[in-house]
Amino acid sequence: MNGEIISGLTIGRLCLYIAVMAAVTYLIRMVPFTLFRKEIRSPFFRSFLAYVPYAVLGAMTFPSIFYATSSLPSAIAGTVVALALAFFRRSLLTVALGASGAALAVELIVTYLL
Amino acid sequence: MKKQAYTFREGFSDGIPIGLGYLSVSFGFGIAVIAAGLSPLIAVLISMTNETSAGQKAGLDIIVACGGLIEMILTQFIINLRYSLMGISLSQRLDGSFTTPWRMLLSFSITDEIFAVASTKRHKVGVKYFAGLATAPYVGWTLGTLLGALAGTLLPDVVRNCLGLMLYGMFIAIIIPPARRERGVLFAVCVAVGLSCLFHYVPFFSFLSGGFALIISAVVAAALAAWLFPVASPKEDLPVEACDEEVAS
Repeated sequence: MNGEIISGLTIGRLCLYIAVMAAVTYLIRMVPFTLFRKEIRSPFFRSFLAYVPYAVLGAMTFPSIFYATSSLPSAIAGTVVALALAFFRRSLLTVALGASGAALAVELIVTYLL
Repeated sequence: MKKQAYTFREGFSDGIPIGLGYLSVSFGFGIAVIAAGLSPLIAVLISMTNETSAGQKAGLDIIVACGGLIEMILTQFIINLRYSLMGISLSQRLDGSFTTPWRMLLSFSITDEIFAVASTKRHKVGVKYFAGLATAPYVGWTLGTLLGALAGTLLPDVVRNCLGLMLYGMFIAIIIPPARRERGVLFAVCVAVGLSCLFHYVPFFSFLSGGFALIISAVVAAALAAWLFPVASPKEDLPVEACDEEVAS
């Protein structure tokens, strides 16, 4: 043991990361909620803030989702199923389980049948 | 019209569906932490101190990549920036019980769902209601993370890796329905995904770490979308205005 939890990461460093994450997230919530008493009027800034969550989720999901499972075919299967279920407005849980299930099915087929 | 303040109990019961929803999302996060090689304790610690799905996942990715602290700060700032707007908006809907110390304490609980529920109540909300509303989601978020992390340590690798798709599946489920409905959202998502793939696959951009690639993709996409598809009036982008001030007071 050299004090690393995973490659290159010490427990101290890990705690620092978590503290920074928590502090930034808290301050973003706390400062405007506590100090502001007026609405943001700028249409551009309002629109920007309205679009940010979707842009973040999109960029975070692609292309990472293709590397989230043990192999590319299972990840693609999971992605396609998730997109299809979401397109037909299934609930979050249905989409999540559908994606995982499809990926697992492909993994099992590739491992045991091919 | 005089109306008694909403009670803690009313808040708590409004929060139960959110808490149940959080159970499954945070389950996915718990799995992701274990898949990254960290412990259930770390998973729970992150969830208890952050209570936000996208921010936690992005933070986890930076931790695993041993990214820089500036990268961590900027990423969290951009991803969670929406909470600032929600906080500002919600601050107009609070009654007199929300003194500064209470605001500082309860601001921790501003999430997309809690914001949506609290800001669409007919009357202004007080500290008791808001604290009640925040309770079940916090418990659900923490418990779901723990269960996901434990499942992650017990399940075989192949199953765990597939469950790692849960979080991404949920992100897709959040994005797609509004993208079908609104061209601006569709545009923002497409640009963000395009840039993210560009940064990932084109060797020229390999100097960009994951967190910065995410920030640039999201900021450019959201700014372009805001410029080309401005949200028509302040009444459309947030549920808060659904309930107008005169009716409420």
